[in-house]
Amino acid sequence: MSPILQGIITIIVGVGGCVGYFYFANLFLDKVLFPAKGPNAGRNINRANQIRPWVFLFPAIFALGLYLMYPVVGSFIRSLYDRSGDEFVGAGNYIRLFNNPDFRTAFLNNILWALVVPALSTFMGLLIAQLTDRLKWGNIAKSIIFMPMAISFVGASLIWKFVYAQDPDLGIINAIRTSFGGDPVDPLQIPFWNNFLLMFILVWIQTGFAMVILSAALRGVPEETIEAAIIDGANPFQVFFKIKVPQIIGTIVVVWTTITILVLKVFDIVYTMTGGNYGTEILPSFMMDFMFRDDGQATAVAFVIMLVVLPVMIWNILQARKEMR
Amino acid sequence: MDNIAGQKSGLSIVTNVAVFLIVLAWLIPTVGLFVSSFRDRDQISVSGWWEAPFSVELTYRTRADDTPTRDGDLYVAEGNIFETGEVQDQFTSGANSIAAFGLRGREPGAFTAGETVDNRDGGTVVVNADGSYVYTSPEPLDDRGPRLYFLAESPPDFTMSNYAEVLTGLDEDERAQEIATGATFGELLFEEAGIFRNFINTLTVTIPATIIPILIAAFAAYALAWMDFPGRGLIIACVVGLLVVPLQLALVPLLNLHNQVGIGQSFLGIWLAHTGFGLPLAVYLLRNYMVGLPRDIIESAKVDGATDFQIFTKIILPLSFPALASFAIFQFLWTWNDLLVAKVFLPSTGDAQVMTVKIADDLLGSRGGDWGILATAAFVSIAIPLVVFFSMQRYLVRGLLAGSVK
Repeated sequence: MSPILQGIITIIVGVGGCVGYFYFANLFLDKVLFPAKGPNAGRNINRANQIRPWVFLFPAIFALGLYLMYPVVGSFIRSLYDRSGDEFVGAGNYIRLFNNPDFRTAFLNNILWALVVPALSTFMGLLIAQLTDRLKWGNIAKSIIFMPMAISFVGASLIWKFVYAQDPDLGIINAIRTSFGGDPVDPLQIPFWNNFLLMFILVWIQTGFAMVILSAALRGVPEETIEAAIIDGANPFQVFFKIKVPQIIGTIVVVWTTITILVLKVFDIVYTMTGGNYGTEILPSFMMDFMFRDDGQATAVAFVIMLVVLPVMIWNILQARKEMR
Repeated sequence: MDNIAGQKSGLSIVTNVAVFLIVLAWLIPTVGLFVSSFRDRDQISVSGWWEAPFSVELTYRTRADDTPTRDGDLYVAEGNIFETGEVQDQFTSGANSIAAFGLRGREPGAFTAGETVDNRDGGTVVVNADGSYVYTSPEPLDDRGPRLYFLAESPPDFTMSNYAEVLTGLDEDERAQEIATGATFGELLFEEAGIFRNFINTLTVTIPATIIPILIAAFAAYALAWMDFPGRGLIIACVVGLLVVPLQLALVPLLNLHNQVGIGQSFLGIWLAHTGFGLPLAVYLLRNYMVGLPRDIIESAKVDGATDFQIFTKIILPLSFPALASFAIFQFLWTWNDLLVAKVFLPSTGDAQVMTVKIADDLLGSRGGDWGILATAAFVSIAIPLVVFFSMQRYLVRGLLAGSVK
């Protein structure tokens, strides 16, 4: 029983500590620091109310600062030092990276991933959202397409390892191939194209996400515009591409960006499926090669990923500011 | 309008078929894994999971009877091959048939059933389709009986044995041994280094890593949505920007920091990491939701003398339930499924390993070819998320829509 007991105790301590902070910090503020009684009651209440937002915000700001903002700076500084962090090497790590053919492969593959996966997922999501819109069993179909969202990248990779297996008694692709008289091949070792096989796993996972959001957006398209188009003689394809899509283009962009961000972070699929061999390396999995043994190179790769994401980040912030006004 | 009506019925068939094909393509890989996880290991290697409901031809080896009778100069061993010692456990149903037999392990199916062939002893051997065999030899037979190989149709064999093996980490013989010494299956689950231990570890990581960020984010979101203070806009902008920061950036500096402050690679460390990484989305989603709550309720509560803490716990929290539930599902799925953070912030081997790491690093490495075990391990790891997902799907979708469609 010990692992379970240990787990339960740690959970209680962790969660309890967190609840305790908010409860007692608030109590402290109201009863001890600025009690709402005595001669200065009014002033004290105002003061307490000025501090309270920061009491509420403190853990969030602290965690965000420590776990996301500090690393941006910390990683950059770290990437300027050698593998053990003793000696300042300036841009040395970056120069070494760009001279490394594996890095160039990873970088190019990453660009390919960032283009293909969001495009294909959004397209498939939109297509399925539209197709299932009027279907009687549309909701069941949507649930099934959405299901891979729940599966870990490791689980999904294993699932697809079966599909791509070389043994025709295991892999359905090779089973079909050999039933037409072909020889079994290992799909994951076919240079260049194996990247697309790996990308398809992520498409399989992400299409459901795109579908759910785009399907809601499609429902939001006003009926009148569609009816007007039909009366004017538009065929279903014209209604879809000329009436519906332009009206939900904002949502399409949001979905596209969200998936792009995810693609730039994901490493599990390549790590589990090929370990980066056969020319399938991408930046996050390439970084794992250096993790734990060459912090300089690892952080340099991480910073390159950050630079790639930067435009998306800026776009996001501008978008949010526009909404808040 | 009639041309539109006409097009519609034609299109509707196409639509139905197209959606059906897509759904099939989406479902097949998972079904394959599910079926494989229940199949006997020998069967996995000789037929695809799509043939699982059908019987397969497997190779068996056994020994003929060792107490021959005399027939003139010959020693004769007779009997039914399905009743011989080494295989009788596997053929209890009675309706079995033999496709081929052989005398050497390299050619287990060299001869068709019913064919009479010469054996190495100078006599003959025949194995009939119904399993009856006659083995003759001019010499006295080996003590243990002569070796025979055969191919037989073996019925579909669905078993929970893969699950027992994956969960306890012991194969069938080892389990039998342990149980013979008095251990119960429950004890094996907890004491052996099977994936059940990793399952518990994953829970230990996931539960606090789901609850803590929600608590922290809910308070922060309330402050950002309903309290007035300088710098609010800047903080919101920061949160939105941080949504995008790649995790990879955080790994090296934070692991170093954890080591310096003495947390090292531990559960506490991974909770903090998951909390930090989950917060931007949590604060963003919850704030968007809370801003949309009716101002009147909150103001009238204030007029009635409620403090911010009371408003938060008594009004905002219950009203925000849909958003909280949706984020909880997200964070749960994300932490349960995470590989990267666990690889970096937990020790890579031993007691604290979570399931994804165990599968990706241990099982795929050492058991790479053992497909039954891999399928089962993968299925154990995706079972809980799937249950959560299908039972809470409504909230998940609602939250997704609240957060991303304006």
